[in-house]
Amino acid sequence: MSTRRALGGRSIVMLAVLGLLIVLPTFGSDFFVNFVVTRALILGLVASTLVFLSAYGGMVSLAQLLSYGLAGFVIGNCVAETGSKGLTLGLNPWVAVVVALVITTCVAVVLGALSSRTFGIYFLMLTLTYAVIGYYVFGQVATISGFGGITGIDPPKLFDGPVRLYYLALGFSVLAYVGFRVIRRTPFGVALEGIRDDPIRMASLGFHVPLHRTLSFTLAGFVAAIAGVLNVWWNGQIDPNTISISETIHLLIIAVIGGIGVLEGAWLGALVYVAANNYLRDLPFADKVGLTPARFNTVVGLLVLAIVVLSPDGLMGLVERVRTGTKRRGGVSQPAAPPDNALQAALPNTS
Amino acid sequence: MLAVWRRRLPAIMVGLPIVFVVSWVLFFATGTPSGAAVDEPGEFLVTLLDGLTFAGLMFVVASGFTLIFGLMRTVNMAHGALFLLAAYIAIELQQKMAGKSRNLEPEDVSIASWVVPMLVGALAAAVLGLVIQQVFLRWNQGQDLRQALITVAISVIVADQLLARFGGLAKRMVWPAAVTHFFTIFGQRYASSRLFMLSVALLVGVLLWLWLNKTRMGLVIRAGVDDQGMVRALGINVNAVFAITFFVGAFLAGMGGAMGASFAGVAPGADGQWLLNSLVVVIIGGLGSIKGAAAGSVLYGIVVAFSPAYLPTDYTFYAIILTFVLLAVVLAVRPYGLFGRVE
Repeated sequence: MSTRRALGGRSIVMLAVLGLLIVLPTFGSDFFVNFVVTRALILGLVASTLVFLSAYGGMVSLAQLLSYGLAGFVIGNCVAETGSKGLTLGLNPWVAVVVALVITTCVAVVLGALSSRTFGIYFLMLTLTYAVIGYYVFGQVATISGFGGITGIDPPKLFDGPVRLYYLALGFSVLAYVGFRVIRRTPFGVALEGIRDDPIRMASLGFHVPLHRTLSFTLAGFVAAIAGVLNVWWNGQIDPNTISISETIHLLIIAVIGGIGVLEGAWLGALVYVAANNYLRDLPFADKVGLTPARFNTVVGLLVLAIVVLSPDGLMGLVERVRTGTKRRGGVSQPAAPPDNALQAALPNTS
Repeated sequence: MLAVWRRRLPAIMVGLPIVFVVSWVLFFATGTPSGAAVDEPGEFLVTLLDGLTFAGLMFVVASGFTLIFGLMRTVNMAHGALFLLAAYIAIELQQKMAGKSRNLEPEDVSIASWVVPMLVGALAAAVLGLVIQQVFLRWNQGQDLRQALITVAISVIVADQLLARFGGLAKRMVWPAAVTHFFTIFGQRYASSRLFMLSVALLVGVLLWLWLNKTRMGLVIRAGVDDQGMVRALGINVNAVFAITFFVGAFLAGMGGAMGASFAGVAPGADGQWLLNSLVVVIIGGLGSIKGAAAGSVLYGIVVAFSPAYLPTDYTFYAIILTFVLLAVVLAVRPYGLFGRVE
């Protein structure tokens, strides 16, 4: 009863946010729409795949940015017609999208299968290793990119323009959000959550544990590839720094800021991260305490440290706590089941 | 019959590539920068030494990483940041001791003005590691993801502060004059400083082995790796053991930092690179095992040294992919690494 009511409230809030986002371009400044919200939607989309894997599958994957970057590199190699870097195949942008999604998904299958038998923190390290090796591959193999990267990548005519790209990013974000939540209710999603909580028991029940984990990793890689396509259209260029180790860590930070156990947290974290990146210099007192834009990483690091130490469920956990807190004070009896240990739930079989 | 084949499949999967690679390097690698080993034994030996000496450096860094994980199940993502911190401190101190900050040459550097900065840098890393462990990790023991995130945040802060303090340019430490000369093997010149680095690493390995296998402290640590609850129940102060282990692990990162700064120099970003090196080594060798760190270092070092030298000349930049192949082959057969244990 009360969960249904809570869920209803959640949906209403989400719909209100969506409505606001749909009308945003009519009153928001171009800079805000293009460089803050669009950026946050794209980063949120790729962060949501990380959250999906960790919240539903118990797999904290740091290879999501690799899929994102890989899709971008494939687009770059396929689309660019001239230039010193890349294969310059000069393909139609739509064909390039298909090629990018197919290649990235195939790579995700292989990487997922290779890591499907490792759990917990070991999985995290393995995927981090994939990410960094991917960075060096694109950095060192000059045929497909080199450290300079590929420039001059045009989006297809249909999506050439900041507002159109904004709606595209919004559309895919909604699709991913709804899709991930629907998948959670399917037999596949339920089995995935079972595997998160107790892989040995699920294996005994006859579920193919590595297959489920590989498939979810593949799905996450596919969605991350879509985000990567959007990113390269938005950016017009791509270089290995997009998938460097520090960017990989920053994606994890985005998920942690928002709350690594809650899907909405991905976009919330991305918005906070992008806003901090853009507006930090405007804070009146910032210079006095040494918070110059150049020290952005220190600020982000301190923020994450505070979040992980004080509220492991991130900002969404904070929201949740405030909500349940006010409800309790309001006299509504609420079964005390805040998802406080989402962080631990994400890593079941380790201690 | 089929069952027998299935059981042998992993061995075949690993054996065939090994046979192929070894015979390639020995006989067929004529179109490569080095040439086949039977024709160019000098090149082969130099490449092998390159691999082993680099492996020594990686062992020092990765053994600290794996020591901490083995006992506490803490993945210290700040390991690379500790490496970088120690490297910068050692470089500064060496310049102070040698009395000049520019154009430092090996002639200006005595053994003491290499060893002392190295130890001071390592000690600084160790103290910072101890502080991290006591303030941030002691009270959430067992929550491994949370601990990894905390150390990620710390590594981001430390790396950024180091960038602010020491700038973005590459810096390097200088080997002492006593170990800086060249000798000839099979017509190839080779720097003795690399062999010095390997011997330091071997010394570290021997000391670690003695510490873990011949002392009471080591006994407790090994017992703690196997069954922490039992050690606690026997009345041993596990928290003190944790603190000491973290101190030693961070010290090893710092020592590796000073050695790495002398070997190839350091710059911002070296922290991530050395975190990666530690990760690859322990994933190959098995997390938590010192033996695994040694084996992983040697395998990874050999691959890093041989792949650019023995790939066909036009394809040497694909060397990095072979690192991934090594990782994939090991993981396909042993998901928890060569010496890792399934939990």
